[in-house]
Amino acid sequence: MKKTKKTVKPFVFYTRLHLSQMTGLRAANISQLMELIKQVSGSCIYHHTHRFLQIHQYLSPEPPNDFAYWVNYVLGEDELGERLASIDTVQFSSIRSLREKIIQTIENYIENNPLAKLRFSRKDEEFHFIESISFIIPTKYSVTTLRDFSRTLKKVTIDSIYFHIFESRLRLEKQNNDFSAWIDDAFGNKILADSIARLDPYTHTLEDLRKKLINIVDNAIKK
Amino acid sequence: MPYIEDYISIVGQSVIDDLRLIAEKLKGKKILHINSTAVGGGVAEILNRMNPLLRELNVDTRWDVIRGGEKFFNVTKKFHNLLHGKQDELTDEDIDIFLSTGKENQLNMDTSSDIVYVHDPQPITLVEKRNGNKWLWRCHVDVSNPNQKLWSFLKQYIERYDAAVFSAPSFSQTLSIRQYLISPSIDPLSDKNKDLSSEEISKVLEHYQVPVDKPLITQISRFDRLKDPLGVIEVYKLVKRYVDCRLILAGGGASDDPEGAQVLAEVNQAAKEDKDIHVLLMPQNDIHINALQRASTVIIQKSIKEGFGLTVSEALWKAKPVVASNVGGIPLQITHRYSGLLCRSIEGAAFAVKQLLNSPNYAKQLGKNGKEHVRNNFLITRHIRDYILAFLSLYNKEHIVNL
Repeated sequence: MKKTKKTVKPFVFYTRLHLSQMTGLRAANISQLMELIKQVSGSCIYHHTHRFLQIHQYLSPEPPNDFAYWVNYVLGEDELGERLASIDTVQFSSIRSLREKIIQTIENYIENNPLAKLRFSRKDEEFHFIESISFIIPTKYSVTTLRDFSRTLKKVTIDSIYFHIFESRLRLEKQNNDFSAWIDDAFGNKILADSIARLDPYTHTLEDLRKKLINIVDNAIKK
Repeated sequence: MPYIEDYISIVGQSVIDDLRLIAEKLKGKKILHINSTAVGGGVAEILNRMNPLLRELNVDTRWDVIRGGEKFFNVTKKFHNLLHGKQDELTDEDIDIFLSTGKENQLNMDTSSDIVYVHDPQPITLVEKRNGNKWLWRCHVDVSNPNQKLWSFLKQYIERYDAAVFSAPSFSQTLSIRQYLISPSIDPLSDKNKDLSSEEISKVLEHYQVPVDKPLITQISRFDRLKDPLGVIEVYKLVKRYVDCRLILAGGGASDDPEGAQVLAEVNQAAKEDKDIHVLLMPQNDIHINALQRASTVIIQKSIKEGFGLTVSEALWKAKPVVASNVGGIPLQITHRYSGLLCRSIEGAAFAVKQLLNSPNYAKQLGKNGKEHVRNNFLITRHIRDYILAFLSLYNKEHIVNL
């Protein structure tokens, strides 16, 4: 078996578990939704743009955010639903900028479709704003080679992969995902780091993402 | 009782590893659960399964039950109905009975644990005893449209807790304390959900004299108006016009539900002229429930209100196609046309049941998707994780907690 380079900067796998905290805030139409999106915490925006990824983690990718789903399936505004669902979350490095994009998308739509403001949800289908509380915990896994990194990717929970790919970059505002940052820093392997960074994780289920990551790393080891 | 390791084959090693990681952070904390009944109903069932597993994870957990007489439980049944939005009058006498039993329990119960976790309104006034420790109130009831007089009365107690826990987003209220969303769960290794052989299933059907000559539509629920058993009979009658089938209405009673006998009598009356309707008042027998669910062609849960509706997850775990009302926690368990069919009326439910009976491949796919959805979101291991996180959150106020 080909030997892989060892680094003095180990990668420690963390896991992230979340608890949903309800705010008691609810919207029944598009104007209320937009006003509340402006006011709620960043944890709330994060929750509603990332919840789908976790709930349907093994199944087909669903619309990647709750706002898109509600606007489409409850209010029947499918065009706005599509616009919200296709916001390219991976391009945003902070919740703040993602929030601005969502607001701007809704504002533009309302401006061009003022009748949209007249659509109300049924009482039992209102949009409920929920916040995500994240608990970040180091796991027992620490690796110093790419081979061990790949092996450990097979073992850790999808919560761990989720944390290093999504949460760490966007919620902790690290600019890059943890895996790419480590590979670049510890091994100077920019090609591998970039190929992981170029993945659009929002269009994969988490299990598919795990497989893809392992595949990319294994191929890089073989070279 | 299964051990925590037994769940690895179902959820994977890493999920259990994570539970051990977070459970360790509760080291030294004593936790006390309090509810109003040791048997019958979903709350007792979950606590019975969860506490041994929590203890195995080295979480120091105990469970105690309040005492109350018939009058008290009649009042709390009324509370239950009022919280579900039923029209009734809350009298001063009701409040007196409720408070007086509450005082007796305050005198008799030891609530000195680090965390006291109170389930449902019956023991809610115990929080008056709080003394520097953490208190969490768990509401298992659908309070999306509660009687306002009763809610205002309860709210003065709820807001003395550190946090409240609800089962569905639509139950959340404007409160001055933190509110967590934690869905209940099923135990895949319990007698109610474990795999059964076809011989075991046949034996149970023989026991209840249910022939297997026609498709079986089943609702498993307490005989309670809010589960709408009479509505289910109407659904069956509409389906029966086109598809010859049998209906099973099966359920037991709980010690805190005095109204059950009356509802059962009405159901028997409505069913008496049709030999294909099987009304089964069952003692607590989880294997029998399991077998009836597994023998069913379609499972229905036509509740008018629902705290969560765990029978839906039980049915989905058995990969059964389910038709259920779009109430309470049911839409969390069923995504319409993806992991089951949601309905809002007798006619809608009948249409959905017919669709499933006539399209077995579609029904099979819904059941398969439903099972995976339950595996990811409604098994006891996820529930244990959420409870441990809720306990930890009582000591951490931030949105991002580094443990």
